[in-house]
Amino acid sequence: MADAPNGRSLVVDAVTHRYPSGALAVENINLDVKGGEIIALLGPSGCGKTTLLRIIAGFIAQTQGRIIIGDDIVDALPPNKRAVGIVFQNYALFPHLSISENVAYGLAARGIDKAARQREAQRLLELVQLPTMAERLPRQLSGGQQQRVALARALAIKPSILLLDEPFAALDKNLRLDMQIEVKRLQRVSGITTLIVTHDQEEALSMADRVAVLSHGKLEQFGSPSDVYDRPQTLFVNTFVGSTNRMPGVVVSADRTAAKVRLDAGAEIIARPVGGALSEGGRVTVCIRPEHLQFVGDETGFAGVVGMSLPLGATVVHEVTTADGSGVKVSQARIGETRALENGAAVRLAPLAPSLANAFPATL
Amino acid sequence: MGAAPASRDVTSYGMGLAAPLALFFLLFFVAPLLQLLWLSLHNDTAGLHWGLGQYLHFLTDPFSLGVLGSTLLLGAEVTAVCLVLGFPIAWLYQRVGPKLQTIIILIVLLPLLTSVVVRTFAWIVILGRQGIINATLQSLGVIDTPLKLLYTQFGVVIALAQVQMPLMTLPLITALGRIDPNFDDASCSLGAGSWRTFFRIVLPLSLPGVIAGCTLTYAAAITAFITQSLIGGGQMLFMPMYLYQQASTLQNWPFASAISIIFLLAVLAVVSVFTTLGRMSRGYGGA
Repeated sequence: MADAPNGRSLVVDAVTHRYPSGALAVENINLDVKGGEIIALLGPSGCGKTTLLRIIAGFIAQTQGRIIIGDDIVDALPPNKRAVGIVFQNYALFPHLSISENVAYGLAARGIDKAARQREAQRLLELVQLPTMAERLPRQLSGGQQQRVALARALAIKPSILLLDEPFAALDKNLRLDMQIEVKRLQRVSGITTLIVTHDQEEALSMADRVAVLSHGKLEQFGSPSDVYDRPQTLFVNTFVGSTNRMPGVVVSADRTAAKVRLDAGAEIIARPVGGALSEGGRVTVCIRPEHLQFVGDETGFAGVVGMSLPLGATVVHEVTTADGSGVKVSQARIGETRALENGAAVRLAPLAPSLANAFPATL
Repeated sequence: MGAAPASRDVTSYGMGLAAPLALFFLLFFVAPLLQLLWLSLHNDTAGLHWGLGQYLHFLTDPFSLGVLGSTLLLGAEVTAVCLVLGFPIAWLYQRVGPKLQTIIILIVLLPLLTSVVVRTFAWIVILGRQGIINATLQSLGVIDTPLKLLYTQFGVVIALAQVQMPLMTLPLITALGRIDPNFDDASCSLGAGSWRTFFRIVLPLSLPGVIAGCTLTYAAAITAFITQSLIGGGQMLFMPMYLYQQASTLQNWPFASAISIIFLLAVLAVVSVFTTLGRMSRGYGGA
């Protein structure tokens, strides 16, 4: 083989999949993943991310489109010929085989002799820091240990692509962080192109080089974590990734880079138009994140009444009711002088900067 | 249905509730069994002289030992046929949609909904000299003279396998249903083909079901008096009919009792081998 087994590229080329019932599972997905990248497929349950993972692994034959790994179109290959490693959500360790046999399973399937596969299994168990567990059965291990074994088992076949299906969902919070660091370390060491399927945005943003956000089978945005968080291309991405205030309004005037919007809550603000040109008089939804709203002393912003203040450690979140009766959240960094706002206090709010308010054409 | 070792008071409640059934068994199962044992330990039909003569007679008589041997062999053959035919059905059941599942379960259960006598007579119609199989083969010109299917070991095995099939299929369906479908995918993604996946993953994990199914099928097949007698006819003699002849026709109750006890012990031996295997494979059960 010309190219190294590690770090191969993955291209998902216009993949569409239709269930036998006719419903669309994923529609025209295009992803171009460079060798050695970590990609997160992020979306709520039912968005098609698991279907896409199963298509890449070869368990589902897509209706249209191609999957290209390295230089090879793999659509005709069954899963056992694709050399795609998978870590399942419940790990799927074979309960009747020892840890060592589990790790060596893929090597046995490749006809590697027993002594060599035991050596390799031991090497991998050392890599995932479980060198003494070789003779145990999966059920004698904790959840985190089982996941390490599942990783070792997937890595044993020297996969060209590593797929992780909701890998941290079953772990408690502290262990989850440890395992995320561990997976990232292993991925760096091995340089394997990795795809993580997750519904957890923090996980996606912290683990991945790039994040693909999916909704209802469509790719909403594919970009770096900061792109997805700071420059969302759709209303869905803006609301699904991070928290946001959705404020309806009417376009007063607009060009390609800025739109003046009259919010229903009162006040005119400048927002960044996203997703096509906005027409004057058209209704829009303006998204402003809680940390991008500030209290202002003059008459520039919109008025509101403080309902509740929640001190969340490093930040304080204020729940403010605006003139049109909708609620917005404002997050303030907690610095020395930050005084608690009293319940019922009248305040005025404005976005920190025009680029931090996104205006999307209203869909409804 | 393993008895869970619960706390002491829970166990005693359980015992109390089991008392009526225990009494029933004591009166109508254990007592007759002891009477059977008592009878078998007599050398004469009148039951006056104690001794092990009946057992000695059976164990030194090549004809009797032959009947025992062919009965145990029959059970093994029926079990093997049921396993080979039943496993694919159970496997299929776990991989089709709910509509087909209903149809499969109906087909599997259908034999249980008709009387054994009716099913056995149906087999006579199918296997007979002018039966469906012979008539079809003759009309197609495959054979000139009818094949002898009825009153053969082959006929008995086939008919018994059909009659006992649900006892094999149902435990298998349950066992296969307990296997995480991800194991299939995991095995496949690691590079294993379907046969490796089957022999290394699916079969070992379904062993508890295989053993339960084999135990039930075996025990039912060797004691199936009606099917054995009607399909086997006069030429084929198995333990239940042998026993019946000695007891009812020849009125040799002590010998019939000895046959029962020996048969019972033989069945228990085979079943305990299965159970031991089952216990060894139980480690595979939980995930």
